[in-house]
Amino acid sequence: MSFITRGFSGRSRDRDDRLPPGQTLVPDFPVLSAGPTPEVDTAEWEFTIRTESGVHRWNWDEFMALAIEDVDTDIHCVTHWSKLGTNWRGVSLDTLFEHVETEREFVMAHSYGGYTTNVPLDELLGGKAWVAFEFDGEPLEPEHGGPARLLVPHLYFWKSAKWVRGLLMMDEDEPGFWEQNGYHLHGDPWTEERYW
Amino acid sequence: MSEAVAQRPESNAPSAVPPSAALRAVPRSGWHVATVASTRRETPNASRLELDVDGWPGNAAGQHLDVRLTAPDGYTATRSYSIASSGTGTRVTLAVDKLPDGEVSPYLVDEVRGGDMLEVHGPLGAFFVWAPDAAAAGDSDGDDTGGPTAGTRPVQLIAGGSGVVPLFAMAAAHGAVADSTPFRLLYSVRSPDDVYFADELQRLAEASAPLRLDLVYTRRAPDGWPSSPARITREVLETAVIPAAERPRVFVCGSTGFVERVADWLVELGHDARSIRTERYGGT
Amino acid sequence: MEHVDGNALAGPLAEFFSFDATTATARCNGCGAIGELARAMVYRSGAGTVVRCSSCDHVLATLVETAGRAWIGLSGISAIEVPRGPATSSG
Repeated sequence: MSFITRGFSGRSRDRDDRLPPGQTLVPDFPVLSAGPTPEVDTAEWEFTIRTESGVHRWNWDEFMALAIEDVDTDIHCVTHWSKLGTNWRGVSLDTLFEHVETEREFVMAHSYGGYTTNVPLDELLGGKAWVAFEFDGEPLEPEHGGPARLLVPHLYFWKSAKWVRGLLMMDEDEPGFWEQNGYHLHGDPWTEERYW
Repeated sequence: MSEAVAQRPESNAPSAVPPSAALRAVPRSGWHVATVASTRRETPNASRLELDVDGWPGNAAGQHLDVRLTAPDGYTATRSYSIASSGTGTRVTLAVDKLPDGEVSPYLVDEVRGGDMLEVHGPLGAFFVWAPDAAAAGDSDGDDTGGPTAGTRPVQLIAGGSGVVPLFAMAAAHGAVADSTPFRLLYSVRSPDDVYFADELQRLAEASAPLRLDLVYTRRAPDGWPSSPARITREVLETAVIPAAERPRVFVCGSTGFVERVADWLVELGHDARSIRTERYGGT
Repeated sequence: MEHVDGNALAGPLAEFFSFDATTATARCNGCGAIGELARAMVYRSGAGTVVRCSSCDHVLATLVETAGRAWIGLSGISAIEVPRGPATSSG
């Protein structure tokens, strides 16, 4: 019975050719959270990659000593907003996986606060993903995932797990937090892989 | 209750079991088309909307509805609003506060006019409700044994700003049937201009159903008001709320921060957490 | 991020249940606390709604809604209790 509400247009939704289908530009940076914002002190922070053979571990100082890259990229949220030309600094997943030996092809990213999201390993390597700790020249704020978040800009932004604390290598692709509840396992914005 | 316990397993087929009182106490919800009968300013920042809702089954005091707006390109936005009215009719009153960053409330406050049609889903929620009937819907506070019945326990309403809307519905329902349950409303509001239902509340306070009204002004008080404007404190709660010893049922509605502070203080003051029902309203 | 009360779930849950499920009592898988869904903490975002236990923050349920479809996940709830009236037939 849905009908158009007279005089209602919602927030302005600009169109741009650089946008994937169904996306609109936003000037601000909306916050999407599934719960309270975890407060993680960099003194306690650590990042791990768990494989079939063991755990690779970095504390904050070790992490900061890795090769740091500047990333200029567009980001696309499944809730239909996009931002073009965002600036980040972080460590490439290629760097983090340099000395990691694994036969497993799938990754579950785990976050402080309990959030999880799944990504195939080949979607994280080859200059496609980072663990980012700066946005627009400033330390990443807790509400945007600080101290560090995953940045996988070629997939919908729910894959860029905030407050990331580690990657678990898996033999099979398994659904993460939102992927268990309607969202697409893969999440390519250009083919609108939003939901199951 | 004992009958249900004694029931034979084979009689457990759903068709053999009527819905319980709690589930029956509020009308079944559904999507309806509402026609705006009138709209007027309630406060400098809020509007009162009278809606005629086709097929509305009536609603209990304290329930809410969801409003869904649809843009020409198919974009939709849905928000919840407390209902200021109650009863069996198809006329529904809303009072909507305009949120600065809102998407739906500015439309409802500034744009809507008589004759417009809105999609509404309701009535919703059987928990944050008050009914004059002693077996009030959802009244499972669980601590009634040996004490006065739910119907005679006094009722304390505590409102922050536009959170007064569902509490006004309860006070109005109480007044409409001249119910003898003692009611008290503590209403925290920025200034005299920001009071919702100011005339109606005054009349209810003077009517035969017992309602005591306590106003707390947070920014500007009327001339000659005995206290200077200030936010509600634990001390204010202690003096302007029915004491815990009288075991009031308490309904608190307001912003998340307001509700959290008030609920914590009430528990500190000895109120049973299970006798406190809260409704926080979010942003936008 | 601010949360609201489980009361706000009444509309979305009406898509899944034929009664007002906010008055139903649920047991948290995380800490075992038992309470009405109306008392749970609800975090809403464009991606979906997350319902958390008010005792331990554990995720009780998730709701995802699109224009044409809706999903509910109840992974954090071990059991839901609904009130029933007395049986019409004598037992």
